[in-house]
Amino acid sequence: MKNARYVARSAAIASRALGEETMVMSAASSTLFTLDEIATLLWQSADGVTPLDEIVRDKICARFDISPDVALRDAEDFVEQLAAHGILLISDQPIASPVLASGEPR
Amino acid sequence: MTASPGRARVSDVVVEIGGLPIQLRCGDPAFVQQIGERYAGYVTSSSKPSFHFDIELAPRGALSGDEDVRVTWDSGRWLMQRGDFRAEWYPAAAHGTIHQTINPFSLDSVLRIVHTLLLAGKGGFLLHASSAIRNGRAFLFSGVSGAGKTTMARLAPPDAALLTDEISYVTRQGSGYFAVGTPFYGELARAGENLRAPIEALYLLAKGPENKIEPLAGAEAVRGLLGNILFFARDPEFVRMVFDAAMDFTGRVPVRRLTFVPTASVWELLV
Repeated sequence: MKNARYVARSAAIASRALGEETMVMSAASSTLFTLDEIATLLWQSADGVTPLDEIVRDKICARFDISPDVALRDAEDFVEQLAAHGILLISDQPIASPVLASGEPR
Repeated sequence: MTASPGRARVSDVVVEIGGLPIQLRCGDPAFVQQIGERYAGYVTSSSKPSFHFDIELAPRGALSGDEDVRVTWDSGRWLMQRGDFRAEWYPAAAHGTIHQTINPFSLDSVLRIVHTLLLAGKGGFLLHASSAIRNGRAFLFSGVSGAGKTTMARLAPPDAALLTDEISYVTRQGSGYFAVGTPFYGELARAGENLRAPIEALYLLAKGPENKIEPLAGAEAVRGLLGNILFFARDPEFVRMVFDAAMDFTGRVPVRRLTFVPTASVWELLV
């Protein structure tokens, strides 16, 4: 059995929901991502304390006709892609609070 | 246009773009005169400067023109750097310095960066777009290099006032957005008229076999806009402000794709 993985939205991003989609911009690279409805559910649930498999089971599989195995595999690919761009954090432990990549009040 | 603070005689000129007067001071009166000529139409003697920059001219060959622009926030100041200039700006103290070559276009780049930073805090931005006022309303034509920004400016009817053929200045006022004239030009090589008007629409340009306008909404409109906003600072707070401004703008101003044949008839579609 795999260890639980936790995901949290980075603080170094800007995001806004647009209908059922979400637009996310990396503050570090200014890269813009458009998340579809399922990705948006995952994004909104990435609170750092709910395990990824639980998010997939309760938020995605409960709403969409998709097998848990396939959904979890897709979700893992997705979070790793976003993590590679620094807009999502992944950990084997709960993530207390996202950390700003850079910047300070001015 | 001159002052004598202490030992050296310093000339100055105040350039006001978007309602923001910036005093530029330099020990070389010929360069200050060059600045005055470059920004003709935007030089003011009546406005109190919001802040000032001291310009230090580097000897020829002292700076290299190859380095890409970098803008960073560090210890209460913005650092702006490219091969042909190094500038720092202390917003809280309302002053900065520019170390640059004698080329006035180095100063042009610094001013563009300063205005992007200032506008972001007020919900505005600079956009790769030509813009013009017709019948009291501003029209913006945005796209990458070669998309047709200057072409749309050239094709504008005689009763249109050109604000810029290259970099549009977008400000937020109340619940609306205004386009403001700028001295920042592209191929047309002439400054825009120093005017302002509420924005009627933003057109994202594409060349095609016929003139056609398609409305854009949601993510498509935001992507099209953000892809053309001038981004210099890779700074989280700055990026958030620009992102929020783009989201707000697309919620208030119509964004359309304009496919066009480069003839004057394209303007008949717009108004």
